[in-house]
Amino acid sequence: MSSEAEILVRLTVNGAVVARHVPVRRSLADFLRHDLGLTGTHVGCEHGVCGACTIRLDGEIVRSCLLLAAQADGAAVETVEGLTESGEIAALQQAFLARNALQCGFCTPGMLVTAADLLRTTTTPTREEIRGAISANYCRCTGYHAIVDAIETAATSRTGDR
Amino acid sequence: MKPARFNYHRPGNLPDALALLAEHGGAARVLAGGQSLMPLMAMRLTRPEELIDINRIDELKGITADDTAVTIGALTRYTEILRSEVIAAAVPLLAEAIRHVAHHAIRNRGTIGGSLALADPSAETPAVCLALAARVIARSAAGEREIPIDSFFHGLMATELAEDEILVGVRIPKRAASARHAFLEFARRRGDFAQAGVILAPGHTGVPENRAVVFGVGATAWRSSALEGAMGRNIADDVYAALRLEVAAAVEDETADYKARIVTTLAERAMARLA
Repeated sequence: MSSEAEILVRLTVNGAVVARHVPVRRSLADFLRHDLGLTGTHVGCEHGVCGACTIRLDGEIVRSCLLLAAQADGAAVETVEGLTESGEIAALQQAFLARNALQCGFCTPGMLVTAADLLRTTTTPTREEIRGAISANYCRCTGYHAIVDAIETAATSRTGDR
Repeated sequence: MKPARFNYHRPGNLPDALALLAEHGGAARVLAGGQSLMPLMAMRLTRPEELIDINRIDELKGITADDTAVTIGALTRYTEILRSEVIAAAVPLLAEAIRHVAHHAIRNRGTIGGSLALADPSAETPAVCLALAARVIARSAAGEREIPIDSFFHGLMATELAEDEILVGVRIPKRAASARHAFLEFARRRGDFAQAGVILAPGHTGVPENRAVVFGVGATAWRSSALEGAMGRNIADDVYAALRLEVAAAVEDETADYKARIVTTLAERAMARLA
C-alpha cells in the first residue's frame, strides 16, 4: 500500500459538529487529541487496559483507543472537557481536589469519566461498588484510596442536595 | 502501538459484508466490538490488509426467543445481554458469566459473536456456550449453516469458521424450570482474564445430561469427563485426581500444577453449590 487510506468522519464532539478527513487507522483517542486538540483524553496503554482514554460515545462509556475515528462517524462523543464545561462533573472534580485524589494526574480524566458514569446509574454507590467501577482504570501512582474517598464524597454530597 | 495500515470497509448489510469477505478471504479480518481485535492490531500480532467493520449491520443485532431456544445476534453487545429480561429468564448462566467479562466500558462495546469467533481460551462466553450445548450460526455467500458448539473450537483461537464465513449468531437452549448451574472463576484482579474457571450445568434443558466445562486452562475451553461423571453423586477423591490429569493433559507446561490447584478448588466449590 503506497498511500494511506483516508475517510471523512462527521460527528458531534461535546455538542459541536466536526468533520475531518483522517487516516482510516487513526484511533478515536488520537483523533480527539491530535485532530481536535482535546488533550484531556489521555492515551496510556493503547490497548484497552489502562482506562485513561475513557470517553462517552452516544451516552455510554467506552475506551477511545479501541475505536477507530471512522467508527465514530455520526456519533455523539463527550470528553472530559465537555463534561467539565457542562458542570456535570464539577462535584467530582471538587472532591478530587479536596481529597488530593490525584498525584501525577495522568489517570484522572479517565477516572472522572468512569466515576461520572457510576454516579449516573447508582444513586449512592458503596465503596465496594466504587472500587468495582474504577477497577477499569489504572492509577500508577496507586492513589486508589483517595480516589474512592473522593467519589464517595461526591456521591454523598449529591444525595445530600436532594 | 498503532495498527499497521489497512483498507477499511463498512458494509451496511450482511450480503455486502459476505461479498467483501469472499473477495478478500484470509487478507481480511472482521471487526465486531473490537475489544480484542483492536489490541491485537495495535500490538501488530495481526496485520489485516482489509478490515471489514460489521458494526453498522443491524440484522446482526438483538435477542429473539422461540419455544426452545434464545437466538443472540453476533453483534449484540455484552451490556445489552446483561440488560435483557429474556436472557435473565431463559439463560441466567450467560448473564452471570458476563458480569465477569472485563469492565463496563469494555462490555459496552464487546460482542458475543466476536468473543466466540476469537475463541480466547480464558473467555467466559465460549465456555458458557459449550456448557449449554449452543449452536453457532455461520453464513457465507454460499449459504448458512449451524455448527454444534462441541465441534466449533479447534484450538488456540482457532474455530470451525471458514475464511469466507461470518459468525452471525448463536442459539442457546432455554433452561428448564428445574435447571441449576454453578459458575466460578478465579482472576487476579476484578475484570482480569480468568486464570481458570469451572462451569457445571446439569440438566439445562430438562434432559438429564451433565455438562461441565473448564476454561482458562489450555488451548480451548473443554468439557471435563471427570466432573460430568461425578455430578449428582457423592464425590470421591478419585474424581479430583482424574480432574488433575485432565488439566495436566490440557496445559502441558510448568503452570499445570498451579492450574490444577485452582481448577480442583473451583470444582469443589461448584459441586458444593449444587449439592
